[in-house]
Amino acid sequence: MSAITHDHDHEHDHKPSGIKRWLYTTNHKDIGTMYLVFALLMFFIGGSMAMVIRLELFQPGMQFVEPQFFNQMTTVHGLIMVFGAVMPAFTGLANWMIPMMIGAPDMALPRMNNWSFWILPFAFLILLLSLFMPGGGPDFGWTFYAPLSTTYSNDSTALFVFSVHIMGISSIMGAINVIVTIWNMRAPGMTWMKMPLFVWTWFITAFLLIMVMPVLAGAVTMVLTDKYFGTSFFDAAGGGDPVLFQHIFWFFGHPEVYIMILPAFGIVSAIIPTFARKPLFGYASMVYATASIAILSFLVWAHHMFTTGMPVFATLFFMYCTMLIAVPTGVKVFNWVATMWRGAMTFEVPMMFALAFIVLFTIGGFSGLMLAITPADFQYHDTYFVVAHFHYVLVTGAVFSIIAAAYYWLPKWTGHMYDERLGQLHFWCSLISVNLLFFPMHFVGLAGMPRRIPDYALQFADFNAFISVGGFLFGLSQLIFVWVLVKCARGGEKATAQVWEGAEGLEWQVPSPAPYHTFETPPEVK
Amino acid sequence: MSKTYERYYVPAQSPWPIVGAIALFCIAFGAGHLVIDMSKQQSGFGGWLLLAGFAILVFMLVGWFRNIIEESMSGLYSSQMDRSFRQGMSWFIVSEVMFFMAFFGALFYGRVIAMEWLGGASNNAMTFAILWPDFEPVWPLVKTPGGIETQAMPAWGLPAINTAILLISSVTLHFAHTGLEQNKRGQLKGMLFLTLVLGVIFLCLQGYEYVHAYRDLGLRLDSGFYGNTFYLLTGFHGLHVTLGALILFFVFLRVLKGHFTPEKHFAFQAGAWYWHFVDVVWLCLFVFVYVL
Repeated sequence: MSAITHDHDHEHDHKPSGIKRWLYTTNHKDIGTMYLVFALLMFFIGGSMAMVIRLELFQPGMQFVEPQFFNQMTTVHGLIMVFGAVMPAFTGLANWMIPMMIGAPDMALPRMNNWSFWILPFAFLILLLSLFMPGGGPDFGWTFYAPLSTTYSNDSTALFVFSVHIMGISSIMGAINVIVTIWNMRAPGMTWMKMPLFVWTWFITAFLLIMVMPVLAGAVTMVLTDKYFGTSFFDAAGGGDPVLFQHIFWFFGHPEVYIMILPAFGIVSAIIPTFARKPLFGYASMVYATASIAILSFLVWAHHMFTTGMPVFATLFFMYCTMLIAVPTGVKVFNWVATMWRGAMTFEVPMMFALAFIVLFTIGGFSGLMLAITPADFQYHDTYFVVAHFHYVLVTGAVFSIIAAAYYWLPKWTGHMYDERLGQLHFWCSLISVNLLFFPMHFVGLAGMPRRIPDYALQFADFNAFISVGGFLFGLSQLIFVWVLVKCARGGEKATAQVWEGAEGLEWQVPSPAPYHTFETPPEVK
Repeated sequence: MSKTYERYYVPAQSPWPIVGAIALFCIAFGAGHLVIDMSKQQSGFGGWLLLAGFAILVFMLVGWFRNIIEESMSGLYSSQMDRSFRQGMSWFIVSEVMFFMAFFGALFYGRVIAMEWLGGASNNAMTFAILWPDFEPVWPLVKTPGGIETQAMPAWGLPAINTAILLISSVTLHFAHTGLEQNKRGQLKGMLFLTLVLGVIFLCLQGYEYVHAYRDLGLRLDSGFYGNTFYLLTGFHGLHVTLGALILFFVFLRVLKGHFTPEKHFAFQAGAWYWHFVDVVWLCLFVFVYVL
C-alpha cells in the first residue's frame, strides 16, 4: 500500500498555490485545516467575550459594562463557542481524519465540502456585525427563549435569525458529506465493525445533525415571523404558547449537546489505546453505547424545562430517560479505564488531556445527573451550578478533547513533533486554571447565585474574584497553545509515519506529513 | 499494482463553492436588513442585496451544474460517485422532512396542548378564569384568546382538488420514470411534461386560494395560531413545490437534449424523489391542516 501512495506522490502531490488554493479547494486536508484555524480564531473571539463577563463579575456592583452589553456578551459568547468553535473544530477533525482512517481519497462530495466551510466565516461575520447595530446585537441568551427574542428583542434579531439559518445549512451539508463518505467510501475490508471509533462517533453525530439542525431552522423562522410578521406561535393571546418555543428549541438543543460530545468520545477512544499500548476494551459496546446515547438524546429534551411547568407524568418520563443516559455513558468511562488497566502507559500531552477529559467530563456528567433529578433541579435551575455543569462537559470535555486531538495528530498534519515541554506547560496551566475557573461555580450556584446576571449579592464576592482569576489564567494559558501550534507548523523534530509507538490504524501508515492526496486507489484492510 | 477497483474521481479546484458562500452571505445579510427596514418602514439596501444574492446564487447553480453535467456526460463518474449523489440527495430530503416536522410539531402542540390549557384544561383553571374567561378552545381556532376573528379554510373545495392534482402528478412522474427505464422516450417526455403542467396548475390554484383567504375569509398570516400554522405550512410547502417544479423543468430540458440513459439518470431520480417527498408532505398537510 505504501507503494501505491508513493507512486502517486510524484504525480499529484503538487499543491496549487496562493489564495486560490484555499478559496477553490476540493481537498479534504485543506478544508480541514481551514475549519480548524477558523475554530481557533472563534475560540479566541468567544473567549475574549468570556473575559469581559469575568471582568464584570470580578467584583459585585456594576464596574465596566452596561447590563445590556453584558447580556450581549453572554449570548454571543455562547453562540460563538457552540456554533463557531466546538462544532467547526470537530468538523475540521472529521475532514482531516475520516478519509485517512477509512482509506478514502477524499470526502465523497468535495465541492460541497468547501461550500460548507466557506459559509461559516460569512455567517459569523453577520453575527459579529450585528453587535455594532444601533440598539446592539442579540442579548437574549444563546437559547433565545421567546418572548425575550420576540417581544423584547432589539432590531438586530433578523440578522441573528438569518445567520443561524446559513450556519445550519453549512452544518447539514457537512453532516451529509460525513455520512455519505463513511457509508460509501470505505476501503475494501473496512467493515462497519472495523471502523475506528472516531469514525463511528462522527457517523452517529452526523445523523443527529441532519435530524435536528432543520428543527433549529424552524425555531428561528418562527421567532422571525413572531417578531416581524405578526404571527403568534409563542404568544398566548394569539393561541400560541411561549413554552412551545422551549419544546422546539430543546428538541434541537439536547441532541446538539451530544453533537458536541460524541466526537470527543471518539477522540479519547483513539488516544487512550495508543498511549496505554493496548487495544480498546469493549469496542462493540462502545459502538452500541454511542448509538444508545444518540437515540436517548431525542427523548430527554424537556429536562431543560422542569421549572417551566409540565404535567407530572411528562416530568417523570423526562427525568427517568435522562438518568438512563448515565448507563451508556458509564459503559464508555468504564471501557476507557479498563483499556488503561495494566497497560504500558506513557504520558505525552495528548494522553494528559485525554486523562483530564475522563476525570473532568465525569464530574460534569455527575452534576448532570444531579440536575436530572426534578425536585433537586428546582433548586439548581438557572444558577451557576448549571453553568459549572455545562462548562465541565463542554470545556474540560469537548474543548479538552479537541486540544488532545490537535496534539495527537499535529505530527501527522505538519510532519513535525510539537514541543513536548511547552505542551506539558500548556496542559498543566490549563488544568489548574480551568478548575479554579469552574469548580467554585458549583458552590456559588448551590448557594443560589443566578446565572446571566451582571451583579450579585455580597456573599458571593470572594468566590467570584477567585473564579475570574481562574478565567483570566485559563485564557492566557491558551496563548501557549497557539505558540506550540505555530512552532510545530514551522519546524521541529521530524515525525515518523507511525508517530506514536502504540498508534494503530490507516492514518499512521501514510507518511508524515500526510501527502496532499492520500489514497487514490484504496488500501486493503485485513 | 492496478487491481480491479474503480478509480476514485476527485474533482479539480472549483470556484463555485466560494461563489455560493458569497451568495448566501448576500441573501442572509440582505434579508436581515430588509426585514428590519420593513419593520421600521424605512428603505435601505437590504432588498437590493437580497436580489443580488439570488442573482449570484443562480449564477453559481448554473455554473456548478454545468460542470457536473459535463463531467457526468463525459463518463467521469463511476457507480460509486452515483451512489454518493443518491445518498446525498436522500439525506437532504431527510433534513427537509425534519424542517417540516418542526412546523407540524408546533401545530400539534398548539392544537392539542396550548389551546386546551388556555381553555382551562389540566391544572390551568385559574389561568383561564383570570386571563381570557371568554375563550372557547375549539379547532380551527377562528377566535383567538386576544379576540382576533377569522374564518377557517374548508377542506372539500379547492384543497381537495389540489390534493388530487398533486397525487396524479406523482403517478404521471412514476410513468415518466418507467418510460425512461424502458427507453420509451416518447412516454418519458409526455409524462414529464404532464407532471410539470400539473405542478404549475397546483401552484396557481394555491395562489388563488391565498387571495381567496385574504380577501373573502379574512384568514391572514397574523390572524392567530390557526393562520400562522396554515400559512407557514402551506407556504413552505408551496416553496418546495416551486423548487421541485424548477428541478423537473431543467430535467425536462435535459431529456429534450437526449440526456439520461435507462441505467444512469441520477438527476431525474433526484428530482423525482423530491417531487414524491413534496407530495407526501402535502398529504399530511391536507389531513392535519385542512380536514381535521
